[in-house]
Amino acid sequence: MAEPSSATRPRDAAIGTGPGRVLLLVYGIFALSASARAGVQIATKFHEAPLAYLLSAAAAVIYIAATVGLAIGGRRGRLIALTSCSIELIGVLVVGTLSIGDKAAFPDATVWSGYGSGYGYVPLVLPMVGLWWLWRNRPRP
Amino acid sequence: MRADQYAVPVNGPLSVATIVAALALGVWCLARAGLNRAPSRFDLLATAALGLLVAVLVVVAVVGLFDGSRPSETATFIGYLITAIAFAPTAFVLARLEPTRWGNLILGVACLVIPVLVLRLQQIASVTGG
Repeated sequence: MAEPSSATRPRDAAIGTGPGRVLLLVYGIFALSASARAGVQIATKFHEAPLAYLLSAAAAVIYIAATVGLAIGGRRGRLIALTSCSIELIGVLVVGTLSIGDKAAFPDATVWSGYGSGYGYVPLVLPMVGLWWLWRNRPRP
Repeated sequence: MRADQYAVPVNGPLSVATIVAALALGVWCLARAGLNRAPSRFDLLATAALGLLVAVLVVVAVVGLFDGSRPSETATFIGYLITAIAFAPTAFVLARLEPTRWGNLILGVACLVIPVLVLRLQQIASVTGG
């Protein structure tokens, strides 16, 4: 069996290649589905749960930022991806906890409700994988 | 197709075939990624074929929108149709850019999301209004 390709991966390879390109696809999927969901929620029933829907929109922006950061790469892209993955992890933990503890504040689902259970817990795992990937590919002197 | 039931186009044998094909190809691509294989011509062509199958399903669903009652969440339904038709081509392009095992992981992930999209389409289509 051949060596895993990560062993031969150049140190200066862009963060949006290799496993990073898989992340790019998954982040792209979430950017699309979160913004579409937020768009429909805000356009059709904003008054029902303004907080939840604004949160949906914020999550969508975060996913878009992470996708863009991974795609452009370099120092700036890394910083964008790092920031958005961190906010995402905090967001999914806080919103997940709140949505279980205080159902009244979150009458309708967001991507992050129940730690992302509506999306197979991918929203919980994704920022961890993203942060791991960015850490693994940290710039080294 | 009965005019009072929109559910038919996305609930027929075509969507079952799409789901089964996507699951099979998804497992295949994940296995290939696990074996550290870059996407082969066959893998890419199979994804393209799956994309065609999805495209046919979407066309049938769009035709259904003009023939009888519509899903009550028509906007969401159309959003899912656009996502579904764009999915395999996007994965194809990304996998072409990534001639490593990760290219096959891209194909595998995309193939496993397609059944979810089809199931969501069926869910949305089953709630009709007017």
